[in-house]
Amino acid sequence: MADPTDRAVDEAGPDAEDGELEAHLHTKRMLINMGPSHPAMHGTVRTRIELEGETIVRAIPEIGFLHRGFQKSCENVTWNQCLPYTDRLNYVSALMNNFGFLNAVEKLAGITIPERAQYIRVIGAELHRIHDHLTCVGSIGLELGGFAPFLYAIEGRELIMDRVTELTGARLTTSFGRVGGINRDLPEGWKERVLKTLDKCHELIGEIDTLLTANRIFVDRMQGVGVITSDDAQDFGFTGPCLRATGIAYDVRKAHPYWVYDRMDFDVPVGVNGDNFDRYLMRLEELKHSESIVRQALRDIPPGPVIVDDWRIALPPKPEVYGTIEGVIAHFKLVMEGVPVPAGEVYDCTEAANGELGWYLVSDGSGRPYKVHVRAPGFAILSGLPRMIEGRLLADLIPTFDTINMIGGEVEQ
Amino acid sequence: MSAFALDRIAKVLPEALLERPVDSSGGHWGLLRAEALPAVAQLVKSDPELGFKLFLSIDAVDRLHLAENSPRFEVVYFAYSVLRNEHLRLKVRVTEERPEVPSLTSVYQGANWWERFVWDFYGIRFLGHPDLTRILMYEEFKGHPLRKDYPLRGRQPLTPERPVEDIFRGPGTSGVG
Repeated sequence: MADPTDRAVDEAGPDAEDGELEAHLHTKRMLINMGPSHPAMHGTVRTRIELEGETIVRAIPEIGFLHRGFQKSCENVTWNQCLPYTDRLNYVSALMNNFGFLNAVEKLAGITIPERAQYIRVIGAELHRIHDHLTCVGSIGLELGGFAPFLYAIEGRELIMDRVTELTGARLTTSFGRVGGINRDLPEGWKERVLKTLDKCHELIGEIDTLLTANRIFVDRMQGVGVITSDDAQDFGFTGPCLRATGIAYDVRKAHPYWVYDRMDFDVPVGVNGDNFDRYLMRLEELKHSESIVRQALRDIPPGPVIVDDWRIALPPKPEVYGTIEGVIAHFKLVMEGVPVPAGEVYDCTEAANGELGWYLVSDGSGRPYKVHVRAPGFAILSGLPRMIEGRLLADLIPTFDTINMIGGEVEQ
Repeated sequence: MSAFALDRIAKVLPEALLERPVDSSGGHWGLLRAEALPAVAQLVKSDPELGFKLFLSIDAVDRLHLAENSPRFEVVYFAYSVLRNEHLRLKVRVTEERPEVPSLTSVYQGANWWERFVWDFYGIRFLGHPDLTRILMYEEFKGHPLRKDYPLRGRQPLTPERPVEDIFRGPGTSGVG
């Protein structure tokens, strides 16, 4: 005969009223502070989180810890001198910021850059897209407890960084390109090394894919977490992989092709669910397309000049500067007064790694920008973060924060 | 930049659109009356033929040193229509004495942070915004740094530490009491 107390415990099991056997503890909402300096909060973002148990009731991202006065600084230097500031917007893909800014200035000044320069810009931008996506995908793995994918990603990233160093002379702060084209041509033997790097990266991306995409633990943490509908995503101004993960195929490279993207054969991957897993898949897929674009561009790149032959816009060649009076004057005027950009305004956008990087420039006709508005993709996406995580567990904040890939530099200007 | 959308605005809300210039690269933009802004935003967002659902950004221009500088501020709005594959640029102008624009937060949720940004850097108030606080600068900051008359090397006074409320320090001897 069973002990009556045992049965009582059994009956109280699944059928008992919720919480009947739980000790009543006095609880209250807990306010916790993640960041600004927290290993999982990339950059320096602080999020004030109100918790009920482990559930996030309210999350308030607070930004500005990395504000450097980007716009004010740009308004006080010449157009070309803005370049180093643009590097520091998205420091994971600096070339895309450089080229995006230059593209807007050229549109405002009505300059068409040589074909070879357009190809170099496509190559540089796509290399840095691979760089950016590898960093993002690797760190998602890392923060969900998988260290190996992160090491693979960083290995590939370092190789690309080496190629970028050979091209621009800097690992992170590239300041590459000038108004009117590119300031130096591809280095000797660079093409072959890039192709080998891409081969290696392809292998590494395959490894990451194998380790993560079908991994039960990884999928459970990612699928159905951080969901946002396509309407909400547009409302908040999501662009790039985060918007495409919700099913909207908007990519500036396809919608408004710039440089030579219209000659490249590539697809824009589109997701369905708008959750973390889809955002991860978008990036993984784009890595393959970017690789293909770089290969196509390296195959088709024509010989020729890399910067416009107009001394009012581009510096004259050094023998001219040292050998002729016209060269010296052109050099002096360009350095002291800057590129003459006619008065007016323009909006121009390019597809950066995280979405539409928009520039609204106003010129008053002097050599300096009157207004440099940058529409950083991360700013809009971060403002939608509370919508994606409220009502979820605190632990879900981490993968969501990873997949939106917020970059402090561009969000906080 | 969408000329089609401007045509539609001119047709449906004729008193809202003041001017519709074209910039040097062929971009159309529209100057609106400030009061009409929410109605126009609602129109361009919900009209089935326009579909400007993707809200891009807001910024302002301080026209103090430009040839034409009255009224002083210009608030610029950007949106995108996936349907029409076009950008939209709309502006409103406000004076220095009364820098007030109706908020778009009830139409686009994304306007929230950008309006805080413009308030922070230009001191333009958005009427009806749920939480119009500074976003990048700190609350005690004096002035609005992107105004053209804010000095490049402007100094700010030291601010006292903010009181911290309701800290739960946990068990133990340190910090209790």
